[in-house]
Amino acid sequence: MATELGPTPVKEPASGGAPVRHAPKGVGEDNVIASQGRWAAWLLAPTIIALGIVIVYPIISAVIMSFQKDAGLDPETGLFVAGGAAGFSNYANWIFQQCAAPDGGTVACPPGTLGAQFWSATGTTFFFTIVTVTLETVLGFWMAMIMARAFKGRSLVRAAVLVPWAIPTAVTAKLWLFIFAFEGIGNKLFSTTILWTGSEWPARWAVIIADVWKTTPFMALLILAGLQMIPAEVYEAAKVDGASAWQRFRMITLPLVKPALMVAILFRTLDALRMFDLPYILTGGANNTTTLSILVINQIRQGFNAAAALSTITFIIIFLVAFIFVRFLGANVVEQQTGAAKGKK
Amino acid sequence: MTAATELRARQDRGRKVAQNREKWASGRTYISAVVILIWCLAPAYWMVVTAFRDVGYTYDTSVLPTHVTLDNFRTAFDESFGNHFGQALLNSLFIGAVVTIVSLLIGVFAAYALARLNFRFKYLVLGFILGASMFPGVALITPLFQLFTTIGWMGTYQALIIPNISFVLPLTVYTMTSFFREMPWELEEAARVDGCTQGQAFRRVIMPLAAPAIFTTAILAFISSWNEFLIASQLSSDKTQPVTVAIASFAGAQPNQIPYTAIMAAGTIVTIPLVVLVLVFQRKIVAGLTAGAVK
Repeated sequence: MATELGPTPVKEPASGGAPVRHAPKGVGEDNVIASQGRWAAWLLAPTIIALGIVIVYPIISAVIMSFQKDAGLDPETGLFVAGGAAGFSNYANWIFQQCAAPDGGTVACPPGTLGAQFWSATGTTFFFTIVTVTLETVLGFWMAMIMARAFKGRSLVRAAVLVPWAIPTAVTAKLWLFIFAFEGIGNKLFSTTILWTGSEWPARWAVIIADVWKTTPFMALLILAGLQMIPAEVYEAAKVDGASAWQRFRMITLPLVKPALMVAILFRTLDALRMFDLPYILTGGANNTTTLSILVINQIRQGFNAAAALSTITFIIIFLVAFIFVRFLGANVVEQQTGAAKGKK
Repeated sequence: MTAATELRARQDRGRKVAQNREKWASGRTYISAVVILIWCLAPAYWMVVTAFRDVGYTYDTSVLPTHVTLDNFRTAFDESFGNHFGQALLNSLFIGAVVTIVSLLIGVFAAYALARLNFRFKYLVLGFILGASMFPGVALITPLFQLFTTIGWMGTYQALIIPNISFVLPLTVYTMTSFFREMPWELEEAARVDGCTQGQAFRRVIMPLAAPAIFTTAILAFISSWNEFLIASQLSSDKTQPVTVAIASFAGAQPNQIPYTAIMAAGTIVTIPLVVLVLVFQRKIVAGLTAGAVK
């Protein structure tokens, strides 16, 4: 893989003997790029190889597995049957909710089986993603605007927002499980008697609240970093020109913070789409809080290959969402990265 | 009243209005700041308060600490209910340390190349590494589960370390690349003028300067490994499970009663070192976290 990164060989002069330097500057640049390219290939090789082993290899084997039948007991004869090519039947199992029937054909997956849960899990995943990312963006923006102001104790606030971020998600889930316990502080504080993890909507809101608590700080810090890139003079000039606070926010803050904001939203969205820890520990996936990741994990012990198909579907969904963000919503992550390098040069 | 005094009076009035508005604005800022503080700290505070509360008063809702005891911490480490919290702490430390060191050793070179060198396919490599950091863990778990079952690696340390590298290494490269761009590279050129090779200039001049950046990256890498749950929940055994898995499956004396106070004690132990680390290196960590999103 590393060789792909190698440079094009420097052109040998047509006639032998000493190299002919037609345009000294151009040739020199070529040489620099060539020698830097060789360097870069060596320096990048370990990372590329390591990622190839831990990411590319599993992806490829997951795709291969997803087209294999799961070995198991034949439902009719009760005999053990080996796997074999499955075609798209693993995918059909999820997308069209078709399960293997005793007669060798397929039937609609009965309710309660994992196969029947694909669309509801997809819906739940997108519901969580849209609601949490929206709440986190709005709250995070507000927090960032406050933290960007100059006031005594600002550093205290900036330190405090790091606390939820630093707590491991598994601990966060247990903490909110305790807060949302029937006799817990949550019900006490709001004088409610809700069985938070006992029915659909309270369970979903419990997951959403815990997720928003845990990840809004990350959002706020990213937006704050974007806000701090805006020079104060721009605001001064707008003020002199008589722009109201709302106009300043809409015409200056929003457009100028947009690149950072889009990257933050992209990161959070991709993170939310693979949400696992919080609902898995907080609700166990009960009451319609099963996300796609939880469904994959539940499937693994019932058949690798069907799980591989589902994880491939999940991967494709996340990839498509990322593509839409980068292509149509202008979340240009790579350019942000390399833009800085160019500016520096 | 002369025109001059009238003008002065009007200016005074204007100044007063402006002052009032400023006072009101700063008052609102303070109220908002307090709301943020409470929102961020109250749940964490509740964890710590509960951790020190006698188990008989688990659901006590007084805000200040009551029935203070250290029993919960003893219960957390007690192995008689099938918990292995002490072992899990060591496991998490070990896994986190190995993952962090390996990722840094490999990633520092890639970050240097991405920050400093011009070469073809740079965008492609950057895109690949960024994509890798956003990669869903479930897409790895299925093939790894099967592979590790086949070769008998289930429940071993390497089965937990290798998948963790898949998301810690991209994070390391990504963060360090941004840090490297900020460094005074003129010094490297100066060293080369003085006769160092590029390699020597990197080792003798750049590495010492890069130490704080590398240290911050190490903290971020360690935290993300320490927090990992999905892969560990499937591939670890009682012997190798990290703290996140231990806390998620924490059992009490009665099977149908969740031992909240002990879990909060365990959570406090797991969290406090991280929080202290993060607060001490706050400025650097925030720079590392937001690296790449801006600039």
